[in-house]
Amino acid sequence: MSSSTNSPSPALLSVRDLRVHFRIRDTSPWPWKPARALKAVDGVSFDLRPGETLGIVGESGCGKSTLARALLNLVPITDGSLRWHGDEMRGASAQAWQAKRKSVQMIFQDPLASLDPRMTVAQIIGEPLRTHAPGLSTAEHNEQVLAMMQRVGLTAQQINRYPHEFSGGQCQRIGIARALILRPQVVICDEPVSALDVSIQAQIINLLKELQAEMGLALIFIAHDLAVVKHISQRVMVMYLGRAMEIAQKHALYDTPRHPYTQALLSAIPLPDPRLERAKSLQLLQGDLPSPMNQPSGCVFRTRCPKSIAECAQTVPALRTISDQTQSACILS
Amino acid sequence: MALLEVKNLGVQFATPDGTVSAVNGINFTLDRGQTLGIVGESGSGKSQSMLAMMGLLAANGRATGQVLYQGQDLISMPTAALNRVRGDRLSMIFQDPMTSLNPYLTVERQMTEVLELHKGMSRKDARARALQALDAVKMPAAARRIDMYPHEFSGGMRQRVMIAMALLCEPDVLIADEPTTALDVTVQAQILNLMRELQRDFGTAIIMITHDLGVVAGLCDEVLVLYGGQVMEQGQAEDIFYRPSHPYTGGLLAAVPRLEAGDEPMLAIPGAPPNMANLPAGCPFSERCQMAMPRCREDRPVLVAAPHSPTVRRACHLAVEEVTHKLQDLRQAQRAASDVSA
Repeated sequence: MSSSTNSPSPALLSVRDLRVHFRIRDTSPWPWKPARALKAVDGVSFDLRPGETLGIVGESGCGKSTLARALLNLVPITDGSLRWHGDEMRGASAQAWQAKRKSVQMIFQDPLASLDPRMTVAQIIGEPLRTHAPGLSTAEHNEQVLAMMQRVGLTAQQINRYPHEFSGGQCQRIGIARALILRPQVVICDEPVSALDVSIQAQIINLLKELQAEMGLALIFIAHDLAVVKHISQRVMVMYLGRAMEIAQKHALYDTPRHPYTQALLSAIPLPDPRLERAKSLQLLQGDLPSPMNQPSGCVFRTRCPKSIAECAQTVPALRTISDQTQSACILS
Repeated sequence: MALLEVKNLGVQFATPDGTVSAVNGINFTLDRGQTLGIVGESGSGKSQSMLAMMGLLAANGRATGQVLYQGQDLISMPTAALNRVRGDRLSMIFQDPMTSLNPYLTVERQMTEVLELHKGMSRKDARARALQALDAVKMPAAARRIDMYPHEFSGGMRQRVMIAMALLCEPDVLIADEPTTALDVTVQAQILNLMRELQRDFGTAIIMITHDLGVVAGLCDEVLVLYGGQVMEQGQAEDIFYRPSHPYTGGLLAAVPRLEAGDEPMLAIPGAPPNMANLPAGCPFSERCQMAMPRCREDRPVLVAAPHSPTVRRACHLAVEEVTHKLQDLRQAQRAASDVSA
């Protein structure tokens, strides 16, 4: 990460060796046995610069959502450093977080579940304004809510409706309007399109890209679908069992993946083209994701890795720079 | 005679707001070793049509038309006779393996039950056969795992159990309702590979219901595209993917995020899926179709043979060439618009 910290534009967010461990109450009858820890995020480092989109991909249970929540202090951080705009936020006060959240917003996966069913659209979208800009007059408040609704593709007639009256895609538009009304610098999107139909997914991705260009937003875009991430990101981080396996510029990651896990993940995606799909060589991984309670020694991916050698079990490979585009955590790459 | 012949299959639900038609007039035939893909967005009626075939509709649902399995109609068949066919000659894999396995029974009990019922096997023989089936789906340490409960398995393993259970009686037809949607991509690749191998080894005919065009591309010979409970287009996979002749098929293919794509924006279909209780009088897609004519909103197009390919049937008032040209125009227009904004 040394190259990125020396870069001219200062990082909006810099994360160093971030760890989120959950203590599990043991059912063991021996009270003196130490409590076990579920290592959801285990030593992740990256930077986010203004206006940039960082994609985070990985399978279920790899810690991508926990990481997103930790970035906003929605789950407590166990260890490591988290700096927003250069301010260390680990252990920061509630007031300090409150002030930070004005410029850092989040969009959630389930569009309907993340909206209060008893609030109207106007109340939902206006709530951040009431919290962070209480001095606004009613007229100004309404004007801003309406402008934001129209910007995300909702109509003025819908202002007094409730979330259940909207389709999934429209609910996600409401969620985007709520996140953007304070004109934040960063929006963390946690699987914003995975619950939507294909034809609606494209609408939401295009809307996010337009808004990003207009408002100069930086995005952290979390998804399990590598094809969706490719359409929106400049850089992509691939996670597995709480660790970053590879961080690379988009084209480097998709054209020349360096980590065996990235390679397997890319080859596993079914291509919507019969000739390409039937002709491609498939790298099948064996088995399932190991339990995060009981991680393999050394490289966490070695139990499923087609290239693993004896050394992989001994040392935890650090994320190291392979080229100016790619960092990979594999001793073989 | 085809193995399975579906004629004019329809599904209606009686609701407090009147009768809702979830599926209208599906027709297809399926032979041994063939795979049919049924593609559609949520609410398009793809799952309901399969549940109707298996006699599994909810109490307020009613199936119409004919589903002929080796000449016998499953829809009009009495339940006792249907019970001898389903689970034995036709079986089904459901989307969510957690909720479709019985949490109170071990995998062994759930699997042997099928064999005792359909094949009249003893428990001991049934257990041996169940173990064989788990081995066939590459369940690691099957002999130990067979006595476990569903919650002790991971998602991918549970789906393997579901597939093993569906294949116990070596069915002629396997209906897979989004079998990999709840799974991660690396596990999805394992399961799809497994289905391909099983089909090669046993010659099972597969009906694959999915919203993922990538899954269809890898597995299916024939594709049926549903929208608002109606067939928009059906035909050989090659025709559907490379020569889409319906605006919805073309739109869907353009909207899929692709790994091989460059930096151009994705081409979305405007609007939202229709409300089934309140479908337009004409083509169900007319509200979102960027090529719709006034006629499309009033006059519902029927599924007819397409002139451009002998395998394709389509339901659209526009001529095939018109659709192809307009799809190209839309693509160019959207690309030009994005160049200006960029």
